[in-house]
Amino acid sequence: MAAASDPLVVLRGVVKRFGRTAVVDGLDLAVAPGGVTAVVGPDGAGKTTLLRLMAGLLAPDAGTVTVCGHDTIAEPEAARADLGYMPQRFGLYQDLSVAENLALHADLQGLPPADRPVVFERLLAFTGLAPFTGRLAGKLSGGMKQKLGLACVLIRKPRVLLLDEPTVGVDPVSRRDLWAMVQALRDDGTAVVWSTSYLDEAERCETVVVLDGGRVRFAGPPADLTAQVAGRTHVVEGLSGDRRRIQRRANALPAVVDALIQGPAVRLVLAEGAAPPAAEALGDSAAQVVPVPPRLEDAFVALLAPARPAVPGVRLDVRVGKGAADAIAVHDLTRRFGDFVAADRVTFSVPRGEVFGLLGPNGAGKSTTFRMLCGLLPASGGTARVAGFDLGRAAPAARARIGYVAQKFSLYEALTGRQNLAFFGGVYGLGRRALAEAVARVAGGLHLDAALDATVADMPLGIKQRLAVACAVLHGPEILFLDEPTSGVDPLTRREFWRHINGLAEDGVTVMVTTHFLDEAEYCDRVALMDAGRVIALGPPEDLKAAHRTAEVPEPTLEDAFIAAIAAERRETPP
Amino acid sequence: MTRSAGLDPRRTAALVRKEALQVMRDPSSLAIAFVLPLVLLFLFGYGVSLDADDVRLAVVVENPTPDTAGFTATLANSPYFQVTELRSRQEAVPLLDRGAVRGIVVLGQRFSADYRAGAEAPVQVILDGADANTARLVQGYVQGVWSTWLTQEALRQGRSLAVPVVAEGHVRYNPQLRSRNFLIPGLIAIIMALIGTLLTALVVAREWERGTMESLMATRVGVGEILVGKLLPYFVLGMGGMALSVGLAVTLFQVPFRGSVAALVLVSAVFLLGALAMGLVISALTRNQFAAGQVAIVAAFLPAFMLSGFVFEISAMPLPIQALTTVVSARYFVSSLQTLFLAGTVWRVLLPDLLAMTAIAAVFLAIAVRSTRKRLD
Repeated sequence: MAAASDPLVVLRGVVKRFGRTAVVDGLDLAVAPGGVTAVVGPDGAGKTTLLRLMAGLLAPDAGTVTVCGHDTIAEPEAARADLGYMPQRFGLYQDLSVAENLALHADLQGLPPADRPVVFERLLAFTGLAPFTGRLAGKLSGGMKQKLGLACVLIRKPRVLLLDEPTVGVDPVSRRDLWAMVQALRDDGTAVVWSTSYLDEAERCETVVVLDGGRVRFAGPPADLTAQVAGRTHVVEGLSGDRRRIQRRANALPAVVDALIQGPAVRLVLAEGAAPPAAEALGDSAAQVVPVPPRLEDAFVALLAPARPAVPGVRLDVRVGKGAADAIAVHDLTRRFGDFVAADRVTFSVPRGEVFGLLGPNGAGKSTTFRMLCGLLPASGGTARVAGFDLGRAAPAARARIGYVAQKFSLYEALTGRQNLAFFGGVYGLGRRALAEAVARVAGGLHLDAALDATVADMPLGIKQRLAVACAVLHGPEILFLDEPTSGVDPLTRREFWRHINGLAEDGVTVMVTTHFLDEAEYCDRVALMDAGRVIALGPPEDLKAAHRTAEVPEPTLEDAFIAAIAAERRETPP
Repeated sequence: MTRSAGLDPRRTAALVRKEALQVMRDPSSLAIAFVLPLVLLFLFGYGVSLDADDVRLAVVVENPTPDTAGFTATLANSPYFQVTELRSRQEAVPLLDRGAVRGIVVLGQRFSADYRAGAEAPVQVILDGADANTARLVQGYVQGVWSTWLTQEALRQGRSLAVPVVAEGHVRYNPQLRSRNFLIPGLIAIIMALIGTLLTALVVAREWERGTMESLMATRVGVGEILVGKLLPYFVLGMGGMALSVGLAVTLFQVPFRGSVAALVLVSAVFLLGALAMGLVISALTRNQFAAGQVAIVAAFLPAFMLSGFVFEISAMPLPIQALTTVVSARYFVSSLQTLFLAGTVWRVLLPDLLAMTAIAAVFLAIAVRSTRKRLD
């Protein structure tokens, strides 16, 4: 009889190759019961492959995987008996209702009919789905789908629960609910393996496993990982100059591993044994460099970043529009779809050279507003001026002055980077000479030279992302629109991406970004928080946080502020 | 039906029920099973005919006499021809060149004289050979009208017939020689090959695309249960499509049905099972609805259309192609259906067909079981 504390999942010397690439390369790992193990790592580190190996969906090329003492390949049925697995894409039947999905999984998992009423009632209460049992799964929001997916996996209380990036594309409110649901399981002795790109989630787990290149770089309590950068984290406060320029200068210093914009300050992670840089070295003698307690993300970046080359910012020739002081000016902008008001009298303006964020839960009207500003969707009422042009009358002229990066990048996967650039240059009407110049300048600035002749399908996510930006800025736009640019992207890639975006902003490009991801909102100069089609808060991130400072939460994160603002708004005007 | 070792009745029933619910809510499967046969039957049933009716024909009468008038009238009265009478070849040839007529019948200067003298048949037929099938039909029909006319004339004049031997044809199974009667049963076979394969190919690929297959595989559900869960609902749906097609053939297109219904159900069931299994194999290999649809059309519809003997006679194909047709299940189904519709329950034909279809279905089911492994790699 195995002891209660024996590990439930054990991997020994596991290798998994796809073609000639080893995606998992000699991996040893043991997962203990009664806790949550977070699997983190850059994109392509092998997180999904690791979870699929544990679920017995992939056979290792070398080594063994055992679940509850059963080899996943030799005894697949026994290994699956106490296993719950939720793949990245829910695994729900869209044409079946919430109740029918639950009933199907109850049958598949052999739950005796007599137990059903109790189990279903518990799960529906647990997930808050009780009012929606008759709704088709396809008609649920992203967060509700994840909760239903989790409920389906939990019907028989598995001893091992594998969740592959359960919070991607889920708004912060639903993210908290999911986390609370998983917390409740840990008390039952379930071993939960949770893969994620969000380090604030990993920080709250018992164990964090950092994967990179198919190997384990760290496995242990998150506090141990955070302790690796103890005494090495500082913030630069009281800046008199541009925080983006200071961030760039800090990043260029050998003593600094990572520099990150955090509200009005710049956060630094120093190299091991390095002294904090003097304010003068950062080009701002008024600033103070103050030590702060480390976060998991600092340690994660310090652990993995040295292997990556530093990337300087971009230099672009920005076309400067005539007259208008504001790059974007929106007044009472409204969009109706039938009876439904998707954007309701939205009003704000964005000065030239600002990074402006549009935040809100799913269905808040961000995308609708965004599409109207890009000239992709006509407004039902109100006015919008973009780059000095009225969208109602001169949309094509406005469109020629903006660059747009869609969520899915809209690159041609079968073409090389250079061919993609040539195509988009052609679409923007650049002549051969102008195109060659623009490609050289943009590819140089975005550090794409080495990747230009690779096929897009073979590029890592970070390079694809930069290429998409390169395609959007070839024609030297005044305003760059980014739609959820880093959804599901790991912290390293996200930093690299923002380093480039900041470079563009320094060059005078106005950047407008939509995001779910609230750390990302910290990079913005100002944000507009939307809910139910209306702007409910507008201002710099630090003002938003200050507005929701309470006795219980003296130092609210932007996420806390976001959730509090939406809750307050919904109390006042119930939908 | 596959009865793999551990078929848990409750899990299987749950999968079948789930699939049935999906079919009822998502109209695409119903459209494939019922609308596709309707469209194809109407298209082919009304559009394709190998008979020549109302063929436009020019008759050149160089020297009009009562004899030529009699023969021309016989031609014009035949249901096969629409006759234009002309006086010279020079007028008629451009009509043929333009395609305004499909053939020219020339009654020469000496038609009456030669005929009266009992000499060689002085009728010349010029045909547009571009469409060889129609050309042969026209030739045959003109010959038929000619001999009819000779017989009539002989009777009228009390003379014995100049032609010594007359081959009197007796056509069995399809006495009116309506091409529709053998085209429609063949067409039903083609339709079933297409819908059977498409139904399963698309739905299993959809499970891969939406990620539901991945979560199914991580449960204790067995391969046999997944396969039965897919086969059973779409088998019922496919048989419904079959019933609809046969019903339309008999009522709307008036194709006679001379066999037994039980035999029809048996051959259809065996064939449909093979087609569904082929669809399962296709979707397991492609895992993508678009690719699965394309492959299903190329792998199921085209061979069924071209290599089944539906329109193109197998014995007329080159030997290697003939060999290839032996593995096309639709070939046996076309033959079975034509037999059941036109001849009756002739077991000497049906049994070998059934045997071949069973073997092919078994092979596809075996491949489906193998390719639906419970792993992703």
